[in-house]
Amino acid sequence: MLPELNEELVRSRIARRIAREFHDGAVVNLGIGIPTLVSDYIPEDVRVVFQTENGVVGAGPAPEVPDLRFIGAGGRHLTLLPGSALVSSDLSFGLIRGGHVDATVLGALEVSQDGDLANWMVPGKMVPGMGGAMDLVTGARQVIIATTHTTKKGDAKILKECTLPLTAKGVVSLVVTEFAVFRICEGKMELAEIAPDVTLEDLKAVTEAEYTVADPLPIMQGTEEE
Amino acid sequence: MSRKIVKPVISAQEAVGRVKPGSSIMVGGFNYGGIPYSLVEALVAAGVNDLTLIANDTAYENVGHGRLVANGQVKKVIASHVGLNKKTGQLFHDGQLELELCPQGTFVERIRAGGFGLGGFLTPTGVGTVVEEGKQVLEVKGRKYILELPLRADVAFIRAHRADRHGNLTFFGTNRNFNPTMAMAADYVVAEVDSILEVGEIDPNDVVTPGILIDALVVKGDNYYAART
Repeated sequence: MLPELNEELVRSRIARRIAREFHDGAVVNLGIGIPTLVSDYIPEDVRVVFQTENGVVGAGPAPEVPDLRFIGAGGRHLTLLPGSALVSSDLSFGLIRGGHVDATVLGALEVSQDGDLANWMVPGKMVPGMGGAMDLVTGARQVIIATTHTTKKGDAKILKECTLPLTAKGVVSLVVTEFAVFRICEGKMELAEIAPDVTLEDLKAVTEAEYTVADPLPIMQGTEEE
Repeated sequence: MSRKIVKPVISAQEAVGRVKPGSSIMVGGFNYGGIPYSLVEALVAAGVNDLTLIANDTAYENVGHGRLVANGQVKKVIASHVGLNKKTGQLFHDGQLELELCPQGTFVERIRAGGFGLGGFLTPTGVGTVVEEGKQVLEVKGRKYILELPLRADVAFIRAHRADRHGNLTFFGTNRNFNPTMAMAADYVVAEVDSILEVGEIDPNDVVTPGILIDALVVKGDNYYAART
């Protein structure tokens, strides 16, 4: 039986784990949803430069008094940290596409075992548009997916092949869920860490993708702090 | 195209007179930020229709240029994201609105190409997705790229912070976004600003958009969002 976790723990577990992935000085773009929480868990000895696609390099936390002249992805309020810079959208996407952003953290509808990502549309539903997601996953050096392990209905989201329209092919390098961490390298998926109280059999039952298992298999980082 | 050295300071209503039925129009802004709210409000009031709207998003149904869509003045939208304006999706699904979605980086680079005299550009964004449908895909040094074409418009409404009388512009906060790029890519460019200073009062080192790109200046009005951005 997989452990039953409340939504808040699911979100914080995923965010806390991803926050350990960055080196000091890393330039990181956070998408909306769970990815937004990652900035709350960055270790004290690591300085991360948060970039937003609408033109901030060095974004800080939301201010006490919101100011519409300082917003980030999804219209979220932010502050400018000392040493930050403001740029136009064309330069911002030059930073993104040009490989000057170390990592992007995004949500997913589906991820495939060889790193394909679908996270922008569901046929038959209203099409919101891809925004900056396609450029981010194409240009960022590392694409990290923050997602619940299954859909709300319990269907697998980590698949052999995506069924939804793709955001990009073969771009995902790390998938973090509340139950596990998978790394994708050269088109092959490996289970890299597993959450406490989750067995390999439990995990397999909710994961359609084929993957190898790291040996030894560590416990998911950050869960010891819960 | 010759522009006046000293820019006319006009009303939003006068500026909107340059937008004709069927015009293509670029509007700056990302979410709530950097939208030329007073110009857009005047365009809503004028009711000019059959517009092609080129903007990153369609804001919200009751906010900024989202109102142009909700008001039925737009026949085609070229944007990267329209999900926050329910009316856009609804009109598109009802077949009353043409919608061309571009990845945001491709969107802004198409405008840049339009303003920089380029015939297009090659981007890896969208390869292997629906974005490449109907487009040329080229392989350069072993990597696939989509050929994306430039975008220009008849009119651009942009938002800046300060202008001098020559139209030199500075920007503030995240209001900058698409505005400097759009200033390059339209035949008639109006900048809505917080204030207009005398020539020499803006240090040339601080100018982001040179005044030679600007046709006219409008001082922002006091509507809710214009006052807050």
